[in-house]
Amino acid sequence: MRRVVITGLGMVSPLANGVKPTWEKLLNAESGINVIESFDVSDIPAKIAGQVPLGEGAGLFNSEDYVSKKERRRMDDFIVYGLAAATEAVEDAGIQTDDEEELFRTGVMIGSGIGGLPEISKGAVTVETNSVRRLSPFFIPASLINLVSGHVSIKYGFKGPNHAVVTACATGAHAIGDAARIIALDDADVMVAGGAEAACCRLGMAGFAQAKALSTSYNDDPTAGSRPWDEGRDGFVMGEGAGVVVLEEYEHAKKRGAKIYGEVIGYGMSGDAYHITAPAADGNGGFRAMQASIKRAGINVEDIDYINAHGTSTPLGDEIEHGAVKRLLGEHYKKPSMSSTKSAIGHLLGAAGAVEAIFSLLSIQNNVVPPTLNLHNPSEGCDMDLVPLQAKEREVNVALSNSFGFGGTNASLVFKSID
Amino acid sequence: MSDVAERVKKIVVEHLGVEEAKVTENASFIDDLGADSLDTVELVMAFEEEFGCEIPDDAAEKILTVKDAIDFIEANA
Repeated sequence: MRRVVITGLGMVSPLANGVKPTWEKLLNAESGINVIESFDVSDIPAKIAGQVPLGEGAGLFNSEDYVSKKERRRMDDFIVYGLAAATEAVEDAGIQTDDEEELFRTGVMIGSGIGGLPEISKGAVTVETNSVRRLSPFFIPASLINLVSGHVSIKYGFKGPNHAVVTACATGAHAIGDAARIIALDDADVMVAGGAEAACCRLGMAGFAQAKALSTSYNDDPTAGSRPWDEGRDGFVMGEGAGVVVLEEYEHAKKRGAKIYGEVIGYGMSGDAYHITAPAADGNGGFRAMQASIKRAGINVEDIDYINAHGTSTPLGDEIEHGAVKRLLGEHYKKPSMSSTKSAIGHLLGAAGAVEAIFSLLSIQNNVVPPTLNLHNPSEGCDMDLVPLQAKEREVNVALSNSFGFGGTNASLVFKSID
Repeated sequence: MSDVAERVKKIVVEHLGVEEAKVTENASFIDDLGADSLDTVELVMAFEEEFGCEIPDDAAEKILTVKDAIDFIEANA
């Protein structure tokens, strides 16, 4: 199979718009989580979230920088975030071209866990309380998950494989892994891949709150709400945004002198076959995804320097993942650092895996690992190096990123610095 | 220019994001103003809202230019 490297990064996160400002704030132990003020949460028990900072100026997100007012009406927020992150990644990689053959060999695979929930909830109200004739003709294309890939392909003329992953909170990781396979199997030379999510609306918050998945004890102290592995954790904090990377066949990247962030050396997948929302108690699904990714990478477990955990800050999931990682690493469990960047930005659902893949690549590039915020008292047995509170400088040659989703779907990615 | 014509043109400028000067009475929404089939559905909805009238689908299909819209609204609103 052909080698696949990452040559472009793009991100819209609750910390900032853009990869660089987000990474700086992440290393600085800043939090992007606030009390929700953009819609009514008075009757919802969870009142905090990581929302994209809107406005004009450095690090703030202004949709008009990416789409016209006319285009904006055709897209729910997740599409705009996905398009913005893709724009940053494409420009970072410098893959814009008019060469028809190159465009045929460049594809897009940006997924979402949920898609256009705000538009769907608004559309349902229009149809039920007003009239079918008042429903926007853009309702369907504004809500469809694969329309991020559609818009990106239209903007840049990318005419290769056009696809979208939907695997809940594993979407971003599956998209990057599947895109790497498409290149490895010679179906494309370049893929723009990742995830986008903006389900932070009344319906989304109410739905996850009813599933008892969200943190509700830190409404008065929002930045303390996401606390993976900490004794005081009580659920995940909703996030939104997008992460997109440019994947490229190694020789193709070398030939054009592209900057290379790292190589995708491993990708593993598994299913729990256990429960619609809860992870299997023995962590077997996550364990097998990690094991498959290590096998594909052709490395030993002791080669892993950094693990970006799924670590959502739910009472059950964090310890189960920690247990699965320990089982995987065996006697080497003290060697790597493992952190959860969800502590700073919340859970970006379908975008999480892509955003966290980018953090893993930046750890490799900068030899520093981001912190797990709010980790003051680790739960019993959570005795790995979980990088509490502050970023840590250390050599990172190989990084593994975990993503697990509702439905019992698991994906692990392994990245390595390029020699 | 009639009041209806002015209001119609304002809606077209806002919804299609085109310059006011381009919105002449003979301008075709699709051929001259860059609208697609979804834009024309939305335009008709905006006319209905602005003028408090209903534009049935068979009539909407015949509204192809700015003048078609003005004429229909002046006759029916």
